Amino acid sequence: MAETLVAAAALAKSFRNGVAALAAIDLAVAAGEFVGVLGPSGCGKSTLLRIIAGLIEPSAGRLERAAALAGRIGFVFQEPTLMPWATVSDNVYLPLRLQGVSRVAAAPRVAAMLESLSLREFAAAYPRQLSGGMRMRVSIARALVTEPALLLLDEPFAALDEITRFKLNEDLRTLWRRHRCTVIFVTHSVFESVFLTNRIVVMTKRPGRIVADLPIDLPETRDNALRLSERYADRCRTVSRRLAEAMA
Amino acid sequence: MNGSARMARIVGPIVVGALVIAFWHGIVWWFAIPPYVLPGPGVILRTLWSDGPSLLASLLVTLRITVAALAVAVALGGSLAVLFSLSKTIELSFFPYAVILQVTPVVAIAPLIIIWVNDVFAALLVCATIVAFFPIVANTTLGLNSADRNLVDLFRLYGASRWQMLRLLRLPSALPLFLAGMRISGGLALIGAVVAEFVAGTGGAETGLASRIIEAGYRLEIPRMFAALFLLSLTGIAIFAVLSWLSRMLLRHWHESALEPSD
Repeated sequence: MAETLVAAAALAKSFRNGVAALAAIDLAVAAGEFVGVLGPSGCGKSTLLRIIAGLIEPSAGRLERAAALAGRIGFVFQEPTLMPWATVSDNVYLPLRLQGVSRVAAAPRVAAMLESLSLREFAAAYPRQLSGGMRMRVSIARALVTEPALLLLDEPFAALDEITRFKLNEDLRTLWRRHRCTVIFVTHSVFESVFLTNRIVVMTKRPGRIVADLPIDLPETRDNALRLSERYADRCRTVSRRLAEAMA
Repeated sequence: MNGSARMARIVGPIVVGALVIAFWHGIVWWFAIPPYVLPGPGVILRTLWSDGPSLLASLLVTLRITVAALAVAVALGGSLAVLFSLSKTIELSFFPYAVILQVTPVVAIAPLIIIWVNDVFAALLVCATIVAFFPIVANTTLGLNSADRNLVDLFRLYGASRWQMLRLLRLPSALPLFLAGMRISGGLALIGAVVAEFVAGTGGAETGLASRIIEAGYRLEIPRMFAALFLLSLTGIAIFAVLSWLSRMLLRHWHESALEPSD
């Protein structure tokens, strides 16, 4: 059994305005997992992700993070969230810069990251010159450049068209296989979560609770052929049913 | 921008200006208005030519006060805004007084400042700075506080120091609003410099255009007054143009305000 990276016990969050976002979340994520968090809009998925990242504090319960995670968490937001005044390569350099890595020392790592997300020829471009999908690639490159132990993604592809989204899904899966970091991927798309992950936790409406924890036993390599397969459709049906139950 | 749009931008104002001048000239000529009431454009142009050198020396004085006031306003206003962004307590404690300073008419406090500050140049500089600095403080504070919330979170996630947060995120985020504030302040600094000199009413060699306008008024040299006014508005336009150009140069890569429409 791999080491547990993140463990939430009876985790709850209520905001100051009285909104209860999360109620009694129990979740353990082991190193190397690719976990999907699936639930309706506004069920507290993003809140859970922000608590895991340490950006906000839970109101009750405990969240334990492995010591190995200190400073090794990457985060991808719903929007690309790039600095519009900086070039693509400067945006990707940012996390290393904040951690005190010199530009010269960072250059090969930034270049390699741009290469693996097919962004090489856009290194000197500004975000406004890129399409939505390309901006999201920059955002992912920025999250991966520090070689994080845990990558958190908050509905990163929700605003993209389906063709771009399929391509990015495949690329993300490939990157995960190469980097072998642990991934928690928040989404409200059944198809996306089944395609990407090895395990899906299903959440209820607000205040969010986890009502199902399903392994996704699909082949390691996932490509477009998988989308057409009976096994994929079957997993999607199962997850859809559990989501419908969660919504009831 | 296509050619016809560019033409419209240049030709339009020229046509309007020519029509106004022609109308003005026509009125003066038709009603035979004497130049000490309303001088025609031709008289003003001749005065500008003959009195130009003496007016230009005064313009230089006014311009020196204006540029210095803008520089002080940028330095003072910018630092104050940074201080505000570092501490909400400081912002809440000081901002009301910045507003009070802003809403107090400079003509009302200029006499006091002229009494308190011995050096005339320094006194005028203080007045012009008071008028000019508020838009910079207000705009820069707003800009520093409106950095993308998710980017702020991202910086926190990577353990950014306060200084990194300021330099790499808040200052660049504030740049467009700071520049917009500076464009307003450039014009205000000029107005402040002129108004303060009106109130000071100082004589002597080292005086600005306001003194020339006052003198010309006393002597009923109305064409000279118009010539001085013309120089003043030309200066105002030039300051605005320079600051707009600076803003475009600094923002051209990324900010919506500086992009060409065809991009």
